[in-house]
Amino acid sequence: MRVMLRTFGEVSITLGLVLLLFCAYLLWGTSAYTERHQEELQRQLAEGPPAREEALGRIRLGRALALIRIPRLGADYKYAIVEGIDAEHLRQGPGHYPGTALPGQIGNFVVSGHRTTYAAPFNRLDELRRGDDVIIDAREARYTYRVTGVKIVLPTRVDVIDPVPEHPGKRPTQARLTLSTCHPEYSARERLIVYGVLATTQERRT
Amino acid sequence: MYRFIWRLLPGGLPAKLITVLLLVTLAAALLWYLVFPWLELHVPLDQVTVGG
Repeated sequence: MRVMLRTFGEVSITLGLVLLLFCAYLLWGTSAYTERHQEELQRQLAEGPPAREEALGRIRLGRALALIRIPRLGADYKYAIVEGIDAEHLRQGPGHYPGTALPGQIGNFVVSGHRTTYAAPFNRLDELRRGDDVIIDAREARYTYRVTGVKIVLPTRVDVIDPVPEHPGKRPTQARLTLSTCHPEYSARERLIVYGVLATTQERRT
Repeated sequence: MYRFIWRLLPGGLPAKLITVLLLVTLAAALLWYLVFPWLELHVPLDQVTVGG
């Protein structure tokens, strides 16, 4: 009996330690993964000349699309946006919904990013306020979107990624931006949504 | 359980300590690099997209 109790105690303590290690992995181990991939993605962007297919407005899944900068979150806030929103893409950085508008295009440019794991690029999205800038540095131009609203919705609200958010079927006349991440932190219960609209476009001189 | 493993380990105290350290490191590495990345896929902790 004593032996059984002791073994049970030992196994419980071991499982507890494994669980703690798993939390450490979620917070730090996953970030190391993202940072490795961000280096590669940002190099793809810096290297520059867009492949032919990319010049035609199609980006291959898993390729770097543009840099996102948010001055409100710090002058050095910078992540490479990857094409695709599957788990494998979002682990590398914020991901662009395939099929939604590209940066600067009429329609809705939709990007999702992790809030608490994998370097947590969108951790502080809730600090954005109406009028803040979200800068998208694509290969051909710098697009500055202005935040028009921040809201919290249920995960079932797919209309936030419509060409005109919350107006399914309506024809877009403006270049818009939607950022999404989870809410509250460490939860899958809701989504934090940031809307923006294109304010300025600066062509890149080559 | 641990007392049993400790008795199984060969050598004197220093040898046993080194073996324990190695075993713990090995277990942690297995968890960190193989088990956790797999487990993470199944934990709905940080779901960021809508729909799907």
